[in-house]
Amino acid sequence: MSVVFQKTPMLTDAVLHYCPGCTHGIIHRLVAEAIDELGVGGRTVGIAPVGCSVMAYNYFNCDFIQAAHGRAPAVATGVKRARPDNIVFTYQGDGDLAAIGTAETVHAAARGENITVIFVNNAIYGMTGGQMAPTTMPGQVTQTSPYGRDPKTAGYPLRVCELLATLDGTAYCERVSADSVKNVRAAKKAIKKAFQNQIDGKGFSLVEVLSSCPTNWGLTPSAALDWIRDKMIPYYPPGVYKDTP
Amino acid sequence: MSEKILIKGNEAIAEAAIAAGCRHFFGYPITPQSELAAYLARRMPKVGGVYLQAESEVAAINMVYGAAAAGVRCMTSSSSPGISLKSEGLSYLAGCDLPAVLINVQRGGPGLGGIQPSQADYFQATRGGGHGDYHIIVLAPGGVQEMYSYTRDAFDLADKHRMTVMVLTDGILGQMMEATATENGEQTADNRQEKPWAVGGVRGERARNIVNSLYLKPSELEATNLSRYEKYKQVEETEQKYDSYLLDDAEIVVAAYGASSRIAKNAIDEARSKGVKAGLLRPITLWPFPKKAFAAAAKKARAFVSVEMSMGQMIEDIELSIRCSRPVTLCNRVGGMVPDPAMICEAILNANKEATA
Repeated sequence: MSVVFQKTPMLTDAVLHYCPGCTHGIIHRLVAEAIDELGVGGRTVGIAPVGCSVMAYNYFNCDFIQAAHGRAPAVATGVKRARPDNIVFTYQGDGDLAAIGTAETVHAAARGENITVIFVNNAIYGMTGGQMAPTTMPGQVTQTSPYGRDPKTAGYPLRVCELLATLDGTAYCERVSADSVKNVRAAKKAIKKAFQNQIDGKGFSLVEVLSSCPTNWGLTPSAALDWIRDKMIPYYPPGVYKDTP
Repeated sequence: MSEKILIKGNEAIAEAAIAAGCRHFFGYPITPQSELAAYLARRMPKVGGVYLQAESEVAAINMVYGAAAAGVRCMTSSSSPGISLKSEGLSYLAGCDLPAVLINVQRGGPGLGGIQPSQADYFQATRGGGHGDYHIIVLAPGGVQEMYSYTRDAFDLADKHRMTVMVLTDGILGQMMEATATENGEQTADNRQEKPWAVGGVRGERARNIVNSLYLKPSELEATNLSRYEKYKQVEETEQKYDSYLLDDAEIVVAAYGASSRIAKNAIDEARSKGVKAGLLRPITLWPFPKKAFAAAAKKARAFVSVEMSMGQMIEDIELSIRCSRPVTLCNRVGGMVPDPAMICEAILNANKEATA
C-alpha cells in the first residue's frame, strides 16, 4: 500500500490544544513542512512565546525554548549568537510580538539578526480570553473594547510588516493569510523563503500570517475565515513589503 | 602566567569573565557600570567573542537566557534600576535552571535614585528579585582582586549548580583602581561542564531538549519547586563563604560586606585602640548567607553591629542567623553617602557600653 499523505516529521504526535477552527494548526504544519523540506530540522531551535502558542514546544519536533512574554526575538538573538550554525525561529502572536515585545521585534530587525520570525496576527489576545490586541481592528468588539475599539481613546492598530519594511536591517517581510487554500499555499512559500533566507545568511526575515480566532471573535470557523477576508485583508493587505535580493 | 596590573574594579570583572571562558556578553549602558561594557566591547572581538549592546536591560537578560539555554558561558551587567528590569529574566532563568552570571554595580535608590554607591539592593539580590520561589547565588567582593577572582568563580558556580550567580558590588569598588593579579585570558583552562540539557539541534543524535518553566499541572510545578529547593539546600550547606578580621577574641562583631567592610576595618582598629575587642565578620556569599559563621561568632560575642549602605537589610539575616540571641544594631548611611570610620567606631563603642550595662 502506498502512502499518499502523512504527517510531516517536524510535527510531534501530540494532540493540538487549539480551538476548533483556529488556523494555528495550519500555520504549525506550514512551518514544520518548510523546515523538513529544507532538511534543517536537526539543527533547528524554536522559541515559543506567551499566548495561544505558548506550548508550541509540544508540537514541533526540534529543540525548543519557551520565552517570557514578548522576549522571543531577544532569546533567539542569544541562541543565534551563541550557535550561529543553528536555524533559529520564533513563533509569536500579535500581543506578544506587537505590544509587549515591540522593542525586541523592532531591534532584532534593526540589527539584521539572522533569524526567522513567524508572526500570527489574529487581532486579539486569545489565550487570556479575548482582549483588545495591538492589531485589533477599529470598531472591533473585544472583552476590553466592549463598545468596539475606538481609535480616539484606544489608538490605532499596528501594521507590523509596513513598519519593519522601513528598517535597513530587515531582509524580508511578507504578509500572508491562512483563510483559503490559495492563500495557505502562498503562506507556505513565504515561510519557506523566510527559512531559506536564514540558511543563506540574509538576515532578519518575518512572515505575518493573518489568522482566525473563531472562539474569541464569536464566529463559526467558516464565518471567521470570511471575517479575515472581509475585515482584516483590506486593513492588512497581503504582499511582500521588503525583499532584499 | 599570573601578572599584577593596575585595573579598575569594573574592568577587573570584565577581564575575569574572559579568563573564565565567557565569550558572550549582552549589555546596556548605565552608570556606574558602563566601563565594564565598554571594556568588553573592546576585548570580546579580540578573543573571538560576542559583545552585543541590547536595546534594553530586559532584552539583554533575555539574550543571556537564550545563550545560556544554548549552553555557552554568558554574562550581563547593570546597576540597580537596570537590575529591576532584569528581574523578570532572572525568574525565568531560575525556572529553567540555567547557569548565567549577572553583575550589579549598585547605586542609590529607590526609583532613579542617584549614581553614587549604595548597598540598597541587598534584599533584591538575596531574595531573588523576580517572582516565584527561587534563589540566586550572590557574591560580594571586598576589593578589585576579589572582583576578579569571584567573577571567575561565578562562572564555575553557575555551571556547577545550574543557577544564576550575581556579583553584587557598588559604585565605589567599580570605580576604584587596585593592583590585581590576573591570568592571560586566552591561556586559561575552561571549566565548562558538559551540558546535555542545552539546545543546539538534535542532529539525529539525541531526543530533543526543551527549556521551559511552564507547568500547568500544580503537582508538576510543585515537584519542580521541591527538587530545586533540594539543590538550594545543598548550596546552602556547601557554598557559604566569609572572611574575618580580628574575629577570634571579638566581643563586638562588626558585620559588613563589600565597600563597607573596608571602612569597618579602620573603625575596628580604632575601637581596639580604645580597649574594645571588636572584630569583623565579612560575608562573601550573601546568599547563601554565612549563617554558620554568625552562629559560631554569637557564642563568644556580646553584640553585633551591622554596617550597611542601606536602611538595614543585611541586619535581618544576622538576626535570623543568630536567632536574635545577641543585640544587633545598625550603623548606616544611604543614598550614596558612605559611613566613615568615626561613626562606625562610635557604633562599636555604644554597642559595647550597652552590652556591658
